[in-house]
Amino acid sequence: MSIVRLKIDGKEITSEKNTTILQAATNAGIKIPTLCYHERLNPIGSCRLCVVEIAGYDEPVTACNTPVLEGIEVVTNSDSLYRMRQESLKLLLVHHPLDCPICDKAGECTLQDLVFEYGIQIENYKAPEKPVEAVYATPLIKYWPDRCVMCLRCVTACREIKAAHALDVAKTGGTANLVFHPDRCVSCGECMQLCPVGALTENVSRMKSRSFIVNKVPTTCTYCGCGCQMELHVLNNQVVNVTGKNDIGVNHGSLCVKGRFGYEFIASDQRLTKPLVKRNGKFEEAGWDEALNLVAKRFSQIKNENGPDAIGGFASARCTNEDNFIFQKFMRAVIGTNNVDHCARL
Amino acid sequence: MKDVLKSKVILITGTNTTANHPIIANYIHEAVMKNGAKLIVVDPRRIKLVDICHLWLRPKVGTNVAWLNGLMNVIINENLQDQEYINQRTTGYEELKKTVSKYSPDHVADITGIPAKDLVAAARLYATEKPGSILYAMGITQHTSGVNNVKCIASLAMLCGNVGIEGGGVNPLRGQNNVQGSCDMGGLPNVFTGYQAVTDGTVRDKFAKAWKVSALPEKVGLTVTEMTALDGPIKALYIMGENPMLSEADIHHVAKKLSSLDFLVVQDLFLTETAKLADVVLPSACFAEKDGTFTNTERKVLRVRKALDAKGESIEDHQIISAISKKMGYEMDYPNSSSVMDEINRLTPSYGGITYDRIEKEGGLAWPCPTLDHPGTPILHIQRFTRGEGVFFPIEYQPSAELPDAEYPFVLTTGRVHAHYHTGTMTRKGNALNQICPEALAEINVEDAKALKVVDGEYVNIVSRRGSIRIKALVSEITDHGVVFVPFHFYESAVNNLTNCALDPVSKIPELKICAVKIVKAA
Repeated sequence: MSIVRLKIDGKEITSEKNTTILQAATNAGIKIPTLCYHERLNPIGSCRLCVVEIAGYDEPVTACNTPVLEGIEVVTNSDSLYRMRQESLKLLLVHHPLDCPICDKAGECTLQDLVFEYGIQIENYKAPEKPVEAVYATPLIKYWPDRCVMCLRCVTACREIKAAHALDVAKTGGTANLVFHPDRCVSCGECMQLCPVGALTENVSRMKSRSFIVNKVPTTCTYCGCGCQMELHVLNNQVVNVTGKNDIGVNHGSLCVKGRFGYEFIASDQRLTKPLVKRNGKFEEAGWDEALNLVAKRFSQIKNENGPDAIGGFASARCTNEDNFIFQKFMRAVIGTNNVDHCARL
Repeated sequence: MKDVLKSKVILITGTNTTANHPIIANYIHEAVMKNGAKLIVVDPRRIKLVDICHLWLRPKVGTNVAWLNGLMNVIINENLQDQEYINQRTTGYEELKKTVSKYSPDHVADITGIPAKDLVAAARLYATEKPGSILYAMGITQHTSGVNNVKCIASLAMLCGNVGIEGGGVNPLRGQNNVQGSCDMGGLPNVFTGYQAVTDGTVRDKFAKAWKVSALPEKVGLTVTEMTALDGPIKALYIMGENPMLSEADIHHVAKKLSSLDFLVVQDLFLTETAKLADVVLPSACFAEKDGTFTNTERKVLRVRKALDAKGESIEDHQIISAISKKMGYEMDYPNSSSVMDEINRLTPSYGGITYDRIEKEGGLAWPCPTLDHPGTPILHIQRFTRGEGVFFPIEYQPSAELPDAEYPFVLTTGRVHAHYHTGTMTRKGNALNQICPEALAEINVEDAKALKVVDGEYVNIVSRRGSIRIKALVSEITDHGVVFVPFHFYESAVNNLTNCALDPVSKIPELKICAVKIVKAA
C-alpha cells in the first residue's frame, strides 16, 4: 500500500493512497462537517457541506469523494468555506420546515446541530404548510417529505447494505423526489437509522419520545443468533423505540424488522403477570410462595417414587447464559438427572 | 459475521439468510455489491439472495450429500484441490477421493436435478477463488442425513484449504439468539458447561465439589425428542421458555405426551400452546427486564441489560429456579446475574476470562477465552484443528426418510419468514409485525397450482400421514415443481402437525425439512 504525504490545515499528514481527503482528515482528528456522508456507504456527495480548499485549485472540492494526492495542501476552514456552508444550509432550510418542536428527531438531528453551529438566522421565515400525509415503502415508518433534505443516504443504504432497491429518486417537474417500491421493502428500517434528519420516523410506538428525555439502554437483541447490539429507548418504564448501536462490531448499526419493530410483546397485556396453578382443569392465579411450594413438593415426590431420571428439563435457547447455567445446575445437582436439553435442533 | 467481507467467494446453502439472519445477509450484500465477491446459492427455494448471486443451484430437497460429493468430484478431477493444505493438515483424503469418484456430474444430475454444467461451474468457482466461505443453517441439518451433510460441507472446505483462515470457514448460522450459549452452558444431556462430559469422573468430581453435593449423575440424559417420546420414562417435565407444541416435529405425539405427564411446569412470558397443558405456569421476565449475557452465532458473549422493571410479578428465570431449589432443600444464593457468571468463569475453561467487566470495556468476547488476559478467539482452527488433523469423512448419499409417492405426491419443507420468529410467541403479539405478515402462507409452485386449480390467496388443505392443516396458498416461483413450503410460526396452521419425527441417528435432529404431503383445494 503506497503512502501519500499531504498537509491539512498546516498539519503534516500521511495517508494510504486510496483514501479520501475526508477519511485522511478524520484519521488525523480534523473534523470536517458532513450531512450525507456515512462511513459504511460509498460517498454520495449530495450535501456539499464537506467542501475544502486545495492550494492552487480554482474551486473548492468535496472532501468525501476527492482522493488524497501527494503534496496537496488542504484547508478545511476559512471565511469563504464558512459562508459556502452557511449558504448550503440555508438552501436546505428553504424546503425543510422548522418544525423541530414536533419532530421526533429533535435533539439528535444533524441538520439541527449544523444550523445551530453555523449560526443561521432565518430572515424570510414562512410558516410551514400543513405536512402532507405521505405514504412510505412500509407502514412501520412514517415519511415526512417536507423534512427530507435529499441527502440520499436512505437510497444508498437500501441499495448497498440491503440490496433491496426499495427506494429510488425520480425527477418530476424539475424537482427530485423519493419513490418507493413497497414490494421490495423488507421493513428493516436501515433508511430510518441512517436518515440524518427527521424525514423518516418510527410509526409503531404510540408514545413518542425524544432523545433528550428517554433513557437509552444498550443491550443485545432477543431474536436470532446474530447478537445485534441495540439501544432500547425507555420512557416511563416502556420501550418506545429501538435503534441499532453503531459502535460495536456485530451489526454496524443495522437491525432487521424483528429487532427494530418487534418490541411490542414486552408490554403486551397478554404477558403472564402472576403464577398460575391448574385446579380441576382450570388455571387460577396463585402467589409465588404457593406455586413454588407445589412445584418443589411434586418434584420431590416424583423423584422419591420414580427416581430422578423420571424428571426432565428443557433449558432454553431464548434465555440468558446465566439462566441456562442455573437451570442445568438445578437439574443435575438438585433433581439429580442429566435429562436436560433444549431446542437447539429446531 | 463480518468475516465474509474478506471472502472472494461465498457459498450459502440451507439458509434463507435474508429472512432468518438479516444482518449476516447485509454483510453478504456488501461483500457482493461493494467488494465484488462471487456468491453461489444452493437452495431448493428461489430465496432472495438468488437475486444477487452468480450461480444458483436448485437441488431436490434432501439431496445434499449428492451435490456436495459432486462438487468435490469435479474439484478433484480437475486437480483444483489445495494439495499442500491436504497433506499438512488433514487425514482421510484417499478414502474421500474414492467415494466421491462415483459422483460424476451426470450421476449427481440424476439424483439432484442440478444440471451437470452448473455443478461444474460452481465447483470451479468455489475452488479457484480464495478465500471461500460456506454458510449453512437448518436446511442442511434438519434431515435424517443432517450430520452427514455437515461432514460433507467440512470436507469441501478442507479440500480447498478454506478452514482456519480469514474470509473462509464453515459457518453454521444459529437460529435462536442464545442457542450457542445454552449449549455452552450445559443445556445438553451429555455435557456440563463448556462441553465437559458428564461421563468423565474428574469433571463430575470438580462440579460436585463446587456445588457441594456428594455425587452427580453419570449416565447421559435424554434429548428433547426422547423426553417427549410417548413410551419414554419421563413422568414430570420442567420447561423453561420453550414451546415444543409448535416447534417439535409431529406435534400430536408431543401433545399426547405432555397431557399424560404426572406433572408439568412451564416458565414463560406468555400462556403458550405448551403452557396451556401445564399444571403450574411461572411468569418470567423478558430480555429487556433482566441482566445477563447471550452468546451469538460467532461464539461472542454479549451483554443483555435491564432496561425496565419486570411486568407484573414476573421475575428472572434464574431467580425462579433458585427459589424452587431452596424449597427443595438446596441453597442457591445469587444476588445478581454477574455472580452467576463468576461461577461459570470458575467452572468453565473456555469461559474463564469472560467477565462482565471485560465485556463492558471490550464489547463482546469470543470463547475460547480461558484467562483474564486472553483476547478471545474469533476464528477457530487457525494453525491446526482443535482435534489435531482435519478428517475427511467419505459419505454416501441416502434418500430422506419419507419421499413423495402416488398418494402423497408433494415434498413439504418448512422454515421461517422474515417478519416472524420461531413459534411467534413474541413477534405475533404486537401490531407492527402482524401488519407486515398477518398470516401463514403456503408457497406453491405456479405449475402445480394450475394443476390443482388453486389460485393465489385461496385456501388449501395440506395433508400428511400424520395430520392436516388448512392454509392460504401463495402461488409463486419460489418453490420448485412438486415442493410446498410452509413457515412454522403460526399456531392456527401449525405445520408441525404434518412433519415427520424421523431422526438423524447421531444428532437426534428431526427431519423437519422434508416429508410427503398431498394438497387439496379447501372447500
